[in-house]
Order: sequence, then structure tokens, then C-alpha cells
Amino acid sequence: MERILTRWVDIPNLRDIDVYLAHDGYSAARKAFFEMKPEEIIEEVKNSNLRGRGGAAFPTGMKWSFIPKNSPKPVYVCCNADESEPGTFANRYQLENDPHGIIEGILITCRAVGAHVCYVYMRGEFALQKQIFDGALAQARAKGFIGPDVMGSGFEVEIYTHRGAGAYICGEETGLLESLEGKRAYPRNRPPFPAIQGAFGCPTVVNNVETLSNVPWIIKRGADWYKSIGPEKSPGIKLFCLSGHINKPGLYELPMGFPLKDLIYDVGGGMLNGRKLKGVIPGGSSFPIFTAEEAVKVNMDFESVRAAGSLMGTAGVMVMNEDTCMVRALRTIAHFYHHESCGQCTPCREGTGWIEKMLIDLEAGRGTMADLDYLISVASNMEGNTICVLADSLSMPVKSFVPKFKDEFIEHVRQKRCPFRAQEAAALRAAS
Amino acid sequence: MPKVTINGKEFDAPEGVNLIQAAEMMGMEIPHYCYHPALSVVGNCRMCLVEVEKMPKLQIACNTRVADGMVVHTDNERVKAAQRAVLEFLLINHPIDCPVCDQAGECKLQDYYMDYDRQGSRFPLGKKNKKGKAIDIGRDVMLDQERCILCARCTRFLDEVTHTSELAIFERGDHNRIDTYPGRKLNNNYAGNIVDICPVGALTEKDFRFRMRVWYLHRTPSVCAGCERGCAIDIYENHGKLYRYKPRHNPLVNGYWMCDEGRHSFKTLQTERRLTRALHQSGEHLVPESFSAAIRRAADAIRKCGEAHGARAIGALVGAQATNEEIFALKTFMTDVIGSDMIGAMSYTPPGLSGDDDLLIRANKNPNTRGLIAQGIALDGLERLGQAVASGQLKLLIALRADAVRALGEAEFVKRFGPLDYLIVFDTDACETAQMANQVIPIAAYPELEGTFTNFQGVVQRLYRAVDPPGEAKPAIEALTDLGMVLDQVERPQTAERIFAEIAAREPAFAGLDFNKLGHNGMKLANA
Repeated sequence: MERILTRWVDIPNLRDIDVYLAHDGYSAARKAFFEMKPEEIIEEVKNSNLRGRGGAAFPTGMKWSFIPKNSPKPVYVCCNADESEPGTFANRYQLENDPHGIIEGILITCRAVGAHVCYVYMRGEFALQKQIFDGALAQARAKGFIGPDVMGSGFEVEIYTHRGAGAYICGEETGLLESLEGKRAYPRNRPPFPAIQGAFGCPTVVNNVETLSNVPWIIKRGADWYKSIGPEKSPGIKLFCLSGHINKPGLYELPMGFPLKDLIYDVGGGMLNGRKLKGVIPGGSSFPIFTAEEAVKVNMDFESVRAAGSLMGTAGVMVMNEDTCMVRALRTIAHFYHHESCGQCTPCREGTGWIEKMLIDLEAGRGTMADLDYLISVASNMEGNTICVLADSLSMPVKSFVPKFKDEFIEHVRQKRCPFRAQEAAALRAAS
Repeated sequence: MPKVTINGKEFDAPEGVNLIQAAEMMGMEIPHYCYHPALSVVGNCRMCLVEVEKMPKLQIACNTRVADGMVVHTDNERVKAAQRAVLEFLLINHPIDCPVCDQAGECKLQDYYMDYDRQGSRFPLGKKNKKGKAIDIGRDVMLDQERCILCARCTRFLDEVTHTSELAIFERGDHNRIDTYPGRKLNNNYAGNIVDICPVGALTEKDFRFRMRVWYLHRTPSVCAGCERGCAIDIYENHGKLYRYKPRHNPLVNGYWMCDEGRHSFKTLQTERRLTRALHQSGEHLVPESFSAAIRRAADAIRKCGEAHGARAIGALVGAQATNEEIFALKTFMTDVIGSDMIGAMSYTPPGLSGDDDLLIRANKNPNTRGLIAQGIALDGLERLGQAVASGQLKLLIALRADAVRALGEAEFVKRFGPLDYLIVFDTDACETAQMANQVIPIAAYPELEGTFTNFQGVVQRLYRAVDPPGEAKPAIEALTDLGMVLDQVERPQTAERIFAEIAAREPAFAGLDFNKLGHNGMKLANA
């Protein structure tokens, strides 16, 4: 398959603007600025059925169309580069290797929604990525792609980068906006939605890096071309972040609807050391896990993964083999969401910690059978009752791990220890 | 008006109110912690989750505005389960130290636990998060981070009402804690309000904590006499002892708040300076005597002065601390009993106190200056009456809550009023003027009487008797009626209600007001 979003693999130094220009760079922006009306751009993106790549899979064109026309307030575009979902590393590669692809997407989006300012919100750890991206911005500015008069169109676009301070919640779009405004990243109640009151109280579009980088290709090649890739309702090209017990972990560009089985056994080179597959989290740690039996039947697109009982999220595919202790895996996930809960809403603030404490006890052999019921009950009490979905992000794994690997949880209680640790210890003894 | 249905009852709700407000208007409670009508909506406690038909998830009532046709359930099983879940979450890391917590008895965790939860804990006690306790965060407030439920009412109050932002939430998740910014203290003039709005025992008042269990306190609505704002308050007392003031919501006057000066003003009321017995001058000293003897002696002096020098030799000075009824009683005493027009007023604020601010505090520290003006008594009493003394006309002065010595200084007072033959002082305290009086009549302070104050905006609010006056002290209106009775044997009204009815009949500014219709918010003067 042709590499599009990852064409830096084939084109050395694509991050340099001259190389980028030599490979048809900024031609989509030129088309959007000189040959298309803003409504036509929105229409084209709507027709492409492009859906947000940040995890929520909201139709991008529809999101843009919510921005009020002729708003008396300024309109902002925010590029969400706070990529923090465990198991997800696509935006990072994009920022490092194809910054102009992102900038071009931003320019087209600004033109479509009538925004003259875009903030690129990067996670705190993206120090190097910000340096590279800022370099690309400077090059684009020097060439007149950014500034008061983009490509001589008379349309102004300024792009600012902003680094967070290391909180997962800043990737939640309203948490991002609060953080951008200099406040604690407490997600906001909706309504009002960002399209009406976003950054600084003004209409705002928040899109993920990967979403924006799809936009130039849709403009260049047309919605019909884009829709022709993958299934109709969630079409297009997708970056898959493959990690875990696999021979060839990494970032893969594939069409939507790609079979998970092929991703693991073909593209990913199969299971590490030939061990047996036990489970796969398909979309970053926030989502329900698939057992091996479920995983091999699923195609990786929003609709199919949902139908199979999980969500595709960021397509951070985490593969676990038969030696993985599922209690420990869930404890690790719980630790993350406990650590990252902003603490605003009661159920999430208290529930994430409670769940982690129960899982620490279970893994250490101090758990009880009642804990297994409590895990489900506490997770259910958190779910859907908070401002943002961070509570659900822990509730969903808990409610899938516990019933799907119930035997393992029960063994931990029964043996009063982790059976896998006993195995590991035995293996170590044998080796020494 | 949008028609909403809550738990099967239809209601025409005013436009723009949220579901908590609409339910309250219908006499139903939707439990909540973080929502406060005077602060922005944050929706973080999740206690007010309700089911709104046609919406898949439960909605927070505080952030849901009424809409026509909206059908809401606040007490079905789904909602009850959510309420129990939220209470369980709130309590897992709460220290449950109710026996030593000063909030016990007025704690929303306790109240809602009894109303909506009543379940045993599934969380092991030993695993609770530990945070700071008994942290001194400023002049008047102590912080307990373990009891805090992070509703952010205090931080929002300091951000949105006082704009001082001393407190913030630090850390993350269940390590979140309220604290002051490094190096800052919570010392603004309204800090006490965060104790009031804290729904749990996280913020307590330094000088109330551990002094009295709240269930022993009795609450009486009243008005703060600390300045001309006249914030509506509740007085809390036990066995005649005042323990605290708290603001009472009055949209016409103070909203939900009061200042700390006013909050602490009760402390000056029950001191050893209070007069519990009448006093009369005997040589160099003031000696106690019974109330009735003092009234007879004062009447004697007045009669003798009138006979010797005429009615206009008798004057009266009233301070802006007096209630509308006291002012009127003195005024009618002078005109009807004495037949003198020599009445003047003073409104004195000692130097060095807080000036006007943009929230509540007023520089004029008298609660009833507007009331004096509304009854047509000029505030130049000290000058006018002083001149009458200097001219030899005025021989006897009755001073009601008028500490002229303090206002003028002793030397200036002696210069102006020294030539008086006789000085009768009606006051609560052994004030400087009382020290120089021939006759001192002890009267009730404002928590001890019925009456009204007129604040600077012209709002007439009622005071209710919360405690009895100490010793033989009596409300001034009763003392004045007693004095009149001795002088001319005419029975005059001596209850605040009857006097107020006369004020309304005779003082144009008060036309149309009815003592029993003032209610909790009071009413505005005709010209206000």
C-alpha cells in the first residue's frame, strides 16, 4: 500500500520545507485558499467521512460546521498534540517527521472555519518535537505560508505552539482549553461546547494531529478517493501503534478496517518468542480488552471494534501474551488513571484510587472474593457520572478484564499470591 | 414560562432557572454540595445527578436549565443508586471524625448520609488517604484537608466574590487538597463566608470551634449593627450567651454574605462594660440603684428643670445606633410629654475603621443613620444643642445611644456641654458619656430587642429578640414609656410593633410599611 501519512519513510528529510515542497507540499493548502470556498472545504471533509483520530471518532466535517458563521468573536483552531494515551505514539512520529503535513492541515482548517489563530497544544514531554515543529513553523513563515497574508491570499493565519506540564487530562479537549488559558486543566461541563465557547470564550475547533494531517490529502485527492479506502462509515487511512509482546512493534499506516489478526500475525510479525496470544487492547488503555478469541475476529475500524464490544480509540494496539498477569496489567492501567485523574468529579477522584488500591491488594495476594464484585460495582458507579470520560476510561478496562479473565483473579485470591510471580520466580531459579 | 415535570408534579418554572432551583420552588430538595446560587456552576460533586427523560445519561441538576416539556425524576432507583454511589465515594477518604468535628450537626455529609445513603462502608478504614489537619490558614479560619470534599465553593468565593484568590486546589486526583498559595494567608475581610459555605467540616472558624456544639444553639434572625449596610444575619445563642453571627440571605441588602468585622461584632455586646443596673451621680461617683428609682429620679430632674426654665430647656440627643422605634419614642417623648422641639442627632464613626468597599462594608459604622434622616432629625445635634447650651437655654440633656464624649473628646464635650445642669444617659454600656452623666439608664442592645433598622439603601429590616437584656436593662422604648408615664400619667405604646404602626402613620417616609409584613428581607422606604 502507498504510504501517505508516513511517507517520510520513503522521502528522507521530509521535515525540511524544500523537500516537502518538492513533493507536492502545500499544494492542498493552495487549492483550499485559491480554488475553494470555506463551505466547500467543510463539505469536502464532511463527504470524506473523516472521523476524529484522537479517540472519540467524531465526524470532523460536522465538528467544523458547528462553528457559527460570521461569528463576532474570533474563531480558534486548536491542534491537540497532547498525545498521552498509553500505547499511543503516532502524533509524536508525525511531529518529528512530517511537521509541514500538520501545518498544511491546520492552514486548511483555519481557512474552512474562518480562524486566524491556531494553538498547537503539545504534551510536556514533547520538548524535542516542539523544537522540530517550531523549526518547521519558522520555515513556513519565511515562505509566507504562515503570517498576515498566507500565500498572498490576504488571509491571516498565526500558529503558536504551547507545551503542557505533563498531565494526561490536558488531552481532553476542554481540559486542553483550560490549560491553554493558563488554568488548572479541569474539563468543562458541556454545554456549552467548544464550537460555541472554546478557547478564551470564543468558538473553537479542537482536532487531533492525525486528523488534521489527513485533511490535505482529502483536499488534494478528493472525498471520493478517501472514502474508497476502508469501510464506508469509518473510512480512510489510519496510523496503528502496535506494542506489546510482538515481534515487530511500531507505527503502521494501514487502511481502516484492517483485520486485527493480520496486524498481529502479519504486519506485526507474530507473537514474540512464539508465545500464545492472551489479550489485546485495541485502542489505548482506556478501552475494553479483547480475549485472543475475540481479537482474531475483529477488523480495525470504529464500527467493527464497537460491534465487537470495545472501541478503537487512538488505535494504540497493545498485545499481551499468555505469560501476562491480567491482574497486574489491570493494576498498571488503574495506577495510570488514578495518577492522572484531575480530581474534579467525586466518582473519578475517589473511584480511581479505590480501584487501584483493590488491585494492589489482589495482585499482592491480599484480595478477597468480595473485591471482585466491588471492582465491578465501583467501576459501574463511576461510569457516565462525571464531567469527562476519564472515569469511563478506567471503568471500561475493569469491566472487561475482570469478567473476561475471572479465573486469574480468583486464582490470586485463592492462592493468596500472584500465580505468575510464582512462575517467574521458578523460571529465574531454573536459569540461575 | 417553561413547564417542567419533576417526580410527576407539573410546575411553571421561571425562565433560566436550573433544576435545583426549580425543585426548591416546588418544595423538593435535590441534594448538592458544590452548587451555590451566588457562585459559578462547576458541577464537580455529582450529588445532584437526576434523570431527565430522553437523555441517556443522568444529568447534573445544577447545570441543567429548565426547558419546556422537560420531565425529571429525582427519586427513582437509578437516581438513588447514583446518590448512594457519590456519597460512598465522598466518604471513603473522609476521616469520619464527627465526634471531634465542629461541623457535626450542620454537616451536609452527615445530613445526606442519613437522607440518601445509610449504608455500611465497603472501604477498609486503614486505606484512607492522609492529608493535613488543623492547618492555620489565616486570621479566622482553620483548614482540615481530610474532611474536604473539594467542592471548590471556597476557591470560587475567593475568585469570584472577593477577587482575592488566596486559596486554590493543589495536587491531582484523590491527592487534591485545598491550600493557600505559598507564603500567602487568608486575611481578607470576608474570609468568614467560606466557613459558612463549606458544606463539611473542612473550614471552621477559629474562635467558634470547640466552644459549643451547634445543636445546642438557637437561631434568631436579626440585622448586623456593624455598619449602615445592615446585613441580614442569624444570631446563634445558648442560654443567653451569644456564640456567633452568620449571614442570612437577603437579596435586597447583602446577598449571601457578611463581612468579618460584622461577624465578630457580637463580642463587644456581652462584656463587663455592659450596664446591668441603673446608676446615679453621688458626689464624685456613680452609684447603682434600681431601675424604677432611676426612672423616678430622672423624671424628677426633668420636671424641676421644666418648671424652672421652661420646656425648651430640656433637650435630647439620639445616636444613629438607635432603632427606628427608639428614635420615634424619643421624638414623641420630647414633643408629647415634654413639649420641647430641642432634639438632635449624631452619627459618629470612630477613626481607623474600614472604609467603603465594593462589596458590603460601609465607612459609616452606624446601622440607622438613614432612619434618623427619614424621621426628619438633623445629624447636627452636637453643634445645635451645644449652641443652645452655650446660649444658656438648654439645661438638661437626654442622650440615647449617643456617646457624645467619644465623638467630641472629653475637653470639647466639657466645653460645649459642661454648663448643663443635668445629663441623663440611656445606653447599653458604661460609655464615656455615661461616666459623666448625672443619671444612667441601662438599656437593651440590639440582639435583645424587637425593632427595625433602616439601612443606607432605605431597606427597613426587623430585629428579633434573641437573648434577654442583662440585669435590669430594658429596651429603650420601654424605659422611655416608663419615664413618660411617671411624668404625665398617659399610657403610650411600648411595643415595637405598635410604635412602628405609628411611625408608618406619622412619618411620610415610612408610609405604607407594616411591621408584620417586613418579613425576612425587609421593605424599602417609600422614597428609596
